[in-house]
Amino acid sequence: MLRAVTWVVYAFLYAPIAVLVVFSFNSERQTAIWKHFTLDWYRVLFRDELIGHAVVNSLIVGVMATVVATVIGTMAGLALARHEFRGKRATMSLLYLPVIVPEIVVGAALVSLFGFIAMRLSLTTVILAHIAFSISYVALVVRARLAGFDRSLEEAAMDLGANRWQTFWRVTLPLIAPGVLAGALLVFTLSIDDYIITSFVAGPGATTLPLQIYSMVKTGVTPEINAVSTLLLVVTIGLIAAAQRLETSKR
Amino acid sequence: MKSRSALRTPHSAFLLISPTWLVLGLLFLAPLAIMLWLSFQQRGLYGGIEPGPTLANYVRSFESGYTIIYARSVWIAVATTMTCLLVSYPVAYYIALKARPERKSLLLALVVIPFWTSFLVRTYAWMFILRDQGVINSLLMSLGIIHEPLPLLYTPLAVMIGQVYAEVPFMVLPIYASLEKLDRSLLEAARDLGAGAAAAFWRVTVPLAMPGTVAGIVLVFIPSLGTFITPDLLGGAKGMLVGNLIQNQFGPALNKPFGSAVAMTLTAFVLALLWAYAGWARRRGEEVAL
Repeated sequence: MLRAVTWVVYAFLYAPIAVLVVFSFNSERQTAIWKHFTLDWYRVLFRDELIGHAVVNSLIVGVMATVVATVIGTMAGLALARHEFRGKRATMSLLYLPVIVPEIVVGAALVSLFGFIAMRLSLTTVILAHIAFSISYVALVVRARLAGFDRSLEEAAMDLGANRWQTFWRVTLPLIAPGVLAGALLVFTLSIDDYIITSFVAGPGATTLPLQIYSMVKTGVTPEINAVSTLLLVVTIGLIAAAQRLETSKR
Repeated sequence: MKSRSALRTPHSAFLLISPTWLVLGLLFLAPLAIMLWLSFQQRGLYGGIEPGPTLANYVRSFESGYTIIYARSVWIAVATTMTCLLVSYPVAYYIALKARPERKSLLLALVVIPFWTSFLVRTYAWMFILRDQGVINSLLMSLGIIHEPLPLLYTPLAVMIGQVYAEVPFMVLPIYASLEKLDRSLLEAARDLGAGAAAAFWRVTVPLAMPGTVAGIVLVFIPSLGTFITPDLLGGAKGMLVGNLIQNQFGPALNKPFGSAVAMTLTAFVLALLWAYAGWARRRGEEVAL
C-alpha cells in the first residue's frame, strides 16, 4: 500500500516532465494527440532569432552573476566558518533574508531601488539583481563544506614555512574546491531559471530565456515551447547532476 | 607563529565578509528600505510619486476588494500545504523506514531532481496537460468519454496542482530527515507493550517526526503565499493572488506606493511566521539558524 502510494507520487512528479518532452517530438500542432515523430520544432527553434538573443543574454547574466557571487560568497563562507567577528549572528540573518523574502518582493524592491537612484534598467541591472540573490547560496554551501574541515593541514603548511597566501592557494582552496564549484553551479542554475526577479529589473533588449519563454507561453501553447523547455530541462538536470557529484565527492 | 594567528584576526574576517555586507546592504537592505519609504508616499500622475508621508496605502490595502485577495492567497497556500503533507508523508515514510538502505539515496535524488528544473517549465507542463486541447481533454475526448473539453485550466484547482507539484520536495525532505533519525526501538517497544500499528504510528512516529513535519509545513506555506507564476499561468482572471497584486501595482497599474505597502505587509507576515516557527523550534531545544 505504502509502496504503491510512493510510486504514484513519483509518477506525479515525472509524468508532466515526460509528457512535455515526448510532445516536443510530435508533428501535431493543435492538440495533444500523437501523430508522428518530428524534429521540426527544434529546427524552428534554432532559426528563432528572439530565442537566440535570449539565450545569449541568459549566458552573459549567468556567467557574470556566477563569477561575482561565487567569489564574494566563498569569502563570506570562509569568514563565517572560521572566524569570530562582531555582527556574525546578524550576518547569518542577513544571508538568510534572500532565501526567505518572497521573490516577488525582492524584484519589486530592486526595481524601486533602481528607480530611486535613476539607474536605467538594462542587462546590468539584471546581473546586479542575480548577484544579490545568489551570494547567500554560495556562502551557505561553502560554510557547510568547511564545517568538517581539518585545520591541522593549514597549520602544518604554515609550520613548514608557507605564508598565508600560499597556504590558501595550495591547501585551503583545493580542499574547499568541490563546495565552491557546487555553489557556482547552483548560482548558474538559479540564474538561468529566474523569471520573477528578472521580469522586474530587465531593461529593453535585456530579455533572458525565461522572459522569452514566458512571453511565448502567454501568447499560447506551441510545440516550440515544448522543444525549448526540453532543452532547458536537459541543461539544468545536467548541471545539477554535476553539482551533486562534486558535493558528494571527497567528502 | 605570528602568521598563523594573523589568519584568525578580526582584520582578515572583516576583509572576507565586507564585500557581502556591501552587496547585500546595497542590493538587498537598501531596496527594502526604499520600498518601506515608498509605501508611505502617494501615487503621482503617470506612475510618479507624490511626497507623503501617509498611511493611505496601508489603509487601502485592507479594503474589502483586497482582503479577498489575501484570503484567497492564504486559502490556496493552506490547501497546497495540506495536500503536500498528505502526498509527502507516505513517500518520506517509505524512503526512511521501508526502502532498502542502498536505494535510499536514489529515491531521495528522484524527489529532488524535478525541483531543480525550471519552475516556469514545470508550470508550463501543467498548462500543456490541463488546457482544452491538452493531454487530459484530448485523451478523454478521443475515448468518447466526454464531448466537450472539461474546464481544467484557469481554475483554482489548476493553481493548486501546479503549486503542490512545485513544493512536494520541500515537504518530503524534512519529514524524511526526521523519520530517518527516529529510534526504531521505540516503535518496537510500543508494539511490545500492546499498541497496534495505528496507535504506534499516531502516538510514537508522528510526535517524534513533528520537527521535520513543521519545518516542511513552513517551507511549503511561505513560498506558496507569495507565489506568482502558478496563479499567473494556471489561474483565471478572477484568481488573483497577493503576488499578482504586487506585480500588477508595479507594472500596469503604475502604483508603486500601494504595491510597496502590500509587499511590506506580505514580508512582515512571512517574517512573523518564521519568527514564531524559530521560537517554537528553539523551545524544543533544536538548533535554529535564524
